[in-house]
Amino acid sequence: MQRIEIQKKSIEYRKKILTYIKKANAGHTGGSLSCIDILNVLYNRILNVSPEKFSDPNRDRYIQSKGHSVEALYVVLADRGFFPESDLETLCQYQSHYVGHPTRKVHGIEQNTGALGHGLSISVGLAIAGKKDRLNYRVFTLLGDGELVEGSNWEAALTASHYDLDNLIAIVDRNALQITGKTKDVCNTEPLVQKFEAFGWLVQCVDGHDFDAMERTLQSVPFEKSRPSLLIANTVKGKGISFIENIANWHHKVPSDEQFDLAMKELEDT
Amino acid sequence: MKQFELGTENLKIFSATVQELAERDKSVYVVTSDSRGSGRLVSFGDAFPDRIIEVGIAEQNLVGIAAGLASTGKIVFVVSPACFLTARALEQIKNDAAYSDNPVKVIGISAGVSYGALGSTHHAIHDFAALRAIHNIDIIAPADNFETQQAILAAAKTEHPVYVRLGKRPMEHLVDPETPFQIGKAIQIRDGSDVAFVACGETVYQAAEAAELLSTNGIQARVISMHTIKPLDRECLLKTARECKAIVTVEEHSIFGGLGEACASVLLQTGLSLPFKIVGIPDEYTITGKQLEIFSHYDISGKGLAGIAKSLLSKW
Repeated sequence: MQRIEIQKKSIEYRKKILTYIKKANAGHTGGSLSCIDILNVLYNRILNVSPEKFSDPNRDRYIQSKGHSVEALYVVLADRGFFPESDLETLCQYQSHYVGHPTRKVHGIEQNTGALGHGLSISVGLAIAGKKDRLNYRVFTLLGDGELVEGSNWEAALTASHYDLDNLIAIVDRNALQITGKTKDVCNTEPLVQKFEAFGWLVQCVDGHDFDAMERTLQSVPFEKSRPSLLIANTVKGKGISFIENIANWHHKVPSDEQFDLAMKELEDT
Repeated sequence: MKQFELGTENLKIFSATVQELAERDKSVYVVTSDSRGSGRLVSFGDAFPDRIIEVGIAEQNLVGIAAGLASTGKIVFVVSPACFLTARALEQIKNDAAYSDNPVKVIGISAGVSYGALGSTHHAIHDFAALRAIHNIDIIAPADNFETQQAILAAAKTEHPVYVRLGKRPMEHLVDPETPFQIGKAIQIRDGSDVAFVACGETVYQAAEAAELLSTNGIQARVISMHTIKPLDRECLLKTARECKAIVTVEEHSIFGGLGEACASVLLQTGLSLPFKIVGIPDEYTITGKQLEIFSHYDISGKGLAGIAKSLLSKW
């Protein structure tokens, strides 16, 4: 897939995220738009997983610890053929399996997440299992930067380096905002690179909207043999829509009719 | 009066059973939080160093890791003191084990007031209440060595999460080892129709003692080991309520939200009313002492329970 195609995909994904959030009148707009390019690269360039392979014990695992950005995951999974996109018409509706956080009832989703600070421990368990079973699958988990204040992440970070889990790759969607405001104002996690390095991880930083850079970096995992890899993807919350970008209030705000039309037009013009 | 032969700690039976399982099945794993000694798992660790995962003192991470391991088809026993495991890691049990349906075998050791004088930080008298409200996890509190062995074997086979709560006192043999064991099917230890003790875990022995004492006064007490708190054996409970004049429930747990209230709920909603008493740890600052001293203080003793039964029958 050429660079232009993957860029086009992200534009389409953004349109779909907004469309289904608008239809459901619920969803996490800002975070889904910040991580969609990461998911695009993962599912279209990196992960060894497909609908046909989903029961293969040696498939790569993707655990979305920041479960609230599920709309981004849904549109990518639909595009990859895990389920018909029309299913997303039921998002957050009565009796739908397409809940506002990931659940295994949806084909393609590995684990139920949504409570923050859970995904990394589960991923450590999956990575240990891979080592024990001598399978060469990798485990990728996506964390929010606000989520990193949950102490369980640091418990898991310790264990990952203790067990030399070089089959584990954590990606931080570093959009620097959370529901209350700037992450650094709510509870500063900087210096994040040094913190993870001190916990025994090999850390790299990347522009989380630069497809080539992300692909290049993710294809180079593990960053070092016998060590877990952390990729800090610097992103813009609400990326792609001028009036949504970098505004904490858009964490889970649903666009009005007018805002929706405006956003679609901006994406068309991209 | 009948004397019950003393066995060993249910914990030791647990670890021996898991080790036997591990010898036959390479997919058996144990995950611990600096708890291999208190879980009597040193021998397991020596025999299967590659199949014991030490996480350190980090219960949330412990259960999350166990869930990840279990999701790959392994039979995973996660072992940690019940007081920490079912409180600090409750959200991981709820989401990563139960909600995601990763069939983790959650083993709460030194449960109830086993840690006695160490105080309330180390007591687990909330675990039934907390876990009963969570969908998709069975709750088992075996009474003796036989029930423990059977519970562990059954837990290994079940495809869904299960919680088994174990104490650390050597336990008397109560159940005939020929008795069939099934999760959710209570075991009758003794027949009688004047009063019934519906007990679980390490309090079943005190109920059996009470029944012996009552028989010397001509009162015939039935003793039920309700080893599975959830799903509760409704059939057994209703039969007991129809055949006996009064029911005393006994548990090493808060009187709120445990076996007693589970039984009361079934009885009341079935329209059955009979003299009924929940015996457990009352809603107060738990007294200091060894497990059996705490039991006696709250009438969880042969004498205490016999007195409660007589008092109930006097109202009948």
